[in-house]
Amino acid sequence: MIKLTLPVDEKMVRTLKVGDEISLNGRLVTGRDAVHAWLAKEKPQEIRDLLQNTMIYHCGPVVKKKGDSWEFVAAGPTTSIREEPYQSTIMKEYGLRGVIGKGGMGKNTLKTLQKIGAVYLHAIGGLATLIAESVVGVHTVIKLEEFGTPEALWVIDVKDFLTIVTMDSHGNSLHDTIFEKSNKRKQELLKKPFTL
Amino acid sequence: MPITKSFQDEALQAALLELIRQTSTQLPHDVIKAITMAKKAEKEGSTASQVLDAILRNIERAREKVTPICQDTGTNIYYVSLPIGMSMRRVEKAIREATREATRKAYLRPNAVDPLTGKNSGDNTGIMAPFITFVEWEKPAIEVRLMLKGGGCENVSIQYSLPDTSLKAGRDLDGVYKTVLDAVVKAQGRGCAPGILGIGIGGDRSSGMLLAKQQLFRKVDDENENPLLATLESRLLKDINSLGIGPMGFGGKTTALAVKIGVAHRLPASYFVSISYMCWADRRKTMHYTPEMVTYD
Ligand code: SF4
Repeated sequence: MIKLTLPVDEKMVRTLKVGDEISLNGRLVTGRDAVHAWLAKEKPQEIRDLLQNTMIYHCGPVVKKKGDSWEFVAAGPTTSIREEPYQSTIMKEYGLRGVIGKGGMGKNTLKTLQKIGAVYLHAIGGLATLIAESVVGVHTVIKLEEFGTPEALWVIDVKDFLTIVTMDSHGNSLHDTIFEKSNKRKQELLKKPFTL
Repeated sequence: MPITKSFQDEALQAALLELIRQTSTQLPHDVIKAITMAKKAEKEGSTASQVLDAILRNIERAREKVTPICQDTGTNIYYVSLPIGMSMRRVEKAIREATREATRKAYLRPNAVDPLTGKNSGDNTGIMAPFITFVEWEKPAIEVRLMLKGGGCENVSIQYSLPDTSLKAGRDLDGVYKTVLDAVVKAQGRGCAPGILGIGIGGDRSSGMLLAKQQLFRKVDDENENPLLATLESRLLKDINSLGIGPMGFGGKTTALAVKIGVAHRLPASYFVSISYMCWADRRKTMHYTPEMVTYD
């Protein structure tokens, strides 16, 4: 298990390889469809500092208000591929060092990871409660009124958030490797007809 | 006194709310057992074993804190058996009310979106939502089976029409076998593997899928009554788990926890294989209701 603390620099990120288990710490931001469209189209200035050298987590959390502060109740990852049309532009534009989500992303994102020195971290799908518990602080929230709770940009601090590197900055994708292997095994199995 | 007389809408609604609460926050024992066994089968310290361990811890924490196991509380699918003479409309109304209440209590996430306007109804009710199938039975009780079927795994569910030349799959059990392996390879980890496969052979495009989903109500460790299908189920499970896709698609020995197959008569012209993929968060529960006693399993 590698302990990774955000923000992080390019050099560190380039040492990460597909298959590495990462315990993620530090500050990151959540964002799904609305946030991606907003960042790509309107290029807001005010949040550049927040995004520089950190990562964006594809997550629409369930959040509870406690007095003046917020608490994350459920925070599992959402499917990343929906952001494929925006992801490369956003990573380059804001100097992000990675993306966290589930299901992996496409060829464009993989190319960009390689080019700028960033990674795709895969969280465990369905881990609503456990991941929410690794959110130890909610720093601030942006666009809450306009986008609503799941779609807003939450700036959070995490501790020991378990993820796996499935796309690295060397052009490798665990999704491709596993697909090829399993597909080969399938071809083998299909050669033998099923009989009782 | 027949149930239709002593039956009270409020009491049924409260019992249904409890059914939703349990379904969303507690995973069935047989599923937990299967995940625990899967974890033991993986090499200690491997990624697969750590992922399964985290999943088990998440299941435990959700139960303790009474929060949804996964924040995607899915499509709400109901199968209801009614005693003779019981009004379907009354039960449907109770289900819809309980659904609204469960959403207010955050056992369910608002998950019903109008495809034309993009508007979320906010309370999980809408056109065909929740999705309810009614049947009549002999017993003087109401049985309600509920399944919460997540979007990630629904998106990798698939239907084949045999013959399929690209797979060399004909209209027989060998053809079925081939399509299932193909579906699992296509899905990879995206349905939040390890999954449970509900398979319907035959029927038409809609009844076939319904049949496939019904299979998901069977316990993970039960055995098919039909020996032919039992053999196909165990062979498929073994071969799927040799594909190496593993939990979340990170690689490993456990890609599926179970394969469950049912059959329905088909048209001479059609041969459908419908495959419903259920994620590890296999949330299902059955309520047995009489005005005197309610049990959940
Ligand atoms: S597929 Fe299942 S476990 Fe995965 S996110 Fe959807 S509901 Fe949750």
